[in-house]
Amino acid sequence: MSELIAGKILNNPKYLQLVKQRDTFAWLLSAIVCVMYFGFTLMIAFTPDVLTQPIAADSVIPLGMLMGVGVILVSCVLTGVYVYRANQTFDPIVNEIVREASK
Amino acid sequence: MKKFHTVFFAILVSALFLATDLASAADAVTTAVAPAAAVAPTVTPAPAAVVAPAVAAAPAEVPVNWHAVVMFLIFVAVTLVITYWAATRTKTATDFYAAGRGITGLQNGMAIAGDYMSAASFLGIAALVYMNGFYGLIFSVGWLVGWPIILFLIAERLRNLGKYTYADVVSFRLKQGPIRIMAAISSLIVVIWYLIGQAVGAGQLLHTLVPQMSYQLSIVIVGVLIITYVTFGGMKATTWVQIIKAGLLLGGATLMAIGVMAHENFSFAKLFSDAVAIHPSHMDIMKSVVKIGAKSNPIESISLGLTLMLGTAGLPHILMRFFTVTDSKAARKSVLYGTCFIGFFYILTFIIGFGAIVLVANNPEYVANISKSILDLKGGGNMPAVYLSHAIGGDLFLGFIAAVAFATILAVVSGLTLAGASALSHDIYASVIMKGKASEKQEVWVSKMSVIGLGILAIILGIAFEKQNVAYIVALTFSIAACTNFPILILSVFWRGLTTRGAVLGGYTGILGSIGLLIIGPTVWTKVLSMGPAIFPYDFPTFVVLPAVLVVAYIASVTDSSESAKKERAAYDAQMVRAETGLGAEVGATH
Repeated sequence: MSELIAGKILNNPKYLQLVKQRDTFAWLLSAIVCVMYFGFTLMIAFTPDVLTQPIAADSVIPLGMLMGVGVILVSCVLTGVYVYRANQTFDPIVNEIVREASK
Repeated sequence: MKKFHTVFFAILVSALFLATDLASAADAVTTAVAPAAAVAPTVTPAPAAVVAPAVAAAPAEVPVNWHAVVMFLIFVAVTLVITYWAATRTKTATDFYAAGRGITGLQNGMAIAGDYMSAASFLGIAALVYMNGFYGLIFSVGWLVGWPIILFLIAERLRNLGKYTYADVVSFRLKQGPIRIMAAISSLIVVIWYLIGQAVGAGQLLHTLVPQMSYQLSIVIVGVLIITYVTFGGMKATTWVQIIKAGLLLGGATLMAIGVMAHENFSFAKLFSDAVAIHPSHMDIMKSVVKIGAKSNPIESISLGLTLMLGTAGLPHILMRFFTVTDSKAARKSVLYGTCFIGFFYILTFIIGFGAIVLVANNPEYVANISKSILDLKGGGNMPAVYLSHAIGGDLFLGFIAAVAFATILAVVSGLTLAGASALSHDIYASVIMKGKASEKQEVWVSKMSVIGLGILAIILGIAFEKQNVAYIVALTFSIAACTNFPILILSVFWRGLTTRGAVLGGYTGILGSIGLLIIGPTVWTKVLSMGPAIFPYDFPTFVVLPAVLVVAYIASVTDSSESAKKERAAYDAQMVRAETGLGAEVGATH
């Protein structure tokens, strides 16, 4: 029975569109995290001077520290963005596809 | 059932007896502490799996920290009650491995944080910051960025496709036998080495915190407790131990950070300038990033980054947590909660590290020999956070933080043991040996025996490795997870072309490549074996092994023209429908 449903789903253009849309979104966010993190890592290797610059003339806090904390915070925010979009956009489409196929 | 009650209470009583016995014996025993291996704890990054060995600097006579002992006992009592409760509700295999799939997103998020935040990441990162400043942040960042990747690419698909282990997912459309053997081998290597790291860390930590308790006894207590939790309470008990521990750890770290900030008038500027003024390296603690920048090259940085990030996404005990939730939506939510808890925690450890520079360094009460160095602490390299708790809240808070560190070890070790046992019972016994014909009862029984076996193995290895330099353990476990579990899992889910041959050859390339290059690399070849300059000059082999795994898996798959390979490719559509929609996924408990 479920194979029958799976077959129906495979032929549903909504499904193909969902997969494409969701995969693009997931890989895009993954790429952002990687670029951000490996950018930070490569700056440590190549341009340490930039990272050690203080954030203000009278401050001891280096720019790199803010960037490191920034990577952590942005990672948390991006997970939130994904969960929000999945709940709001993707889940209803998935439910619709399964419902149509189960008819 | 009657027999079960008797056995459970026997263990409960003996565990409590062991602990109280310790406390009462403590008064009598005030002998000098045997020196632990003196390894510079800050040169190697304090890893998630290892607490850097303590440096011998034991005072001749140490009073018993009764606050710590009492809080240990309360924690042990509470967790044993929970284990009892969980045991009465653990009847099926799904209960045992996956807590009946009734864990909510928030609960699982806490448990994920409890499973992942080890004593080493608490004490170790704080110690790293205390000694080197800014440098410690680089590891926190690396250990966090794996989580978004888990969410975007793995969590939901894993929940939709799997049952109890990640090998369920990889073998979904591939051949059961060879895939599960490969996956179980890599899981067990990761789990056993991670366990050794945790056991050694536990022994050293407890022995340092409560010196009357010997290293060996500390490990035996940890071993007995986790065997009790996991064999009786399965995933339910493990999950709740992890949730409670996460709450304690986050609460303790938050209080500590608030204490630091209150001392610094809630000004980060003041905190950092005070730290710069006190630390002997002064402004260099804000530039310590330059040290590694100059020392290491881009390849080393990238390889370390890949290992920390993708290794996190391939740890078997972490992946297993996604089978405990009700559905893929809860799996997704749990990563969001988990990531926020872990990120928050890493930022706290950073404040704690700098706070320790201000409040602990240069304080004769904590420093071993103040005329020699104002940084080197009594009891070793992992102590900054512990002494900071004393500086902020006296013996009571120190006792609390010590008990939290103990709880932390128990939670992480429980998760690991269960993951290892499930690889043995679900993948090897039920799927390979019995070819799926084992009854649920038999499978759970084998699983419980595996837990006992792994627990005893951890005790023996933990004691055997006491004086060993275990700094390579993180590199080993994270490399295998990053080079084997992660790529094979991703390929099986996202690439139609993957065949059994590709997955198996790729998987073994990852396992053997990681181990081989680590052995001839600087950490093992030079530092552990003392064989001179390393043949392979990098600490983390991921940048070589990961591409090799992908290439081998690709070539072995595309050249596979067998009938079974065709079927495996054809089965991808059905797998994808289930992965993307959750149709046919294991049903969660409804409340």
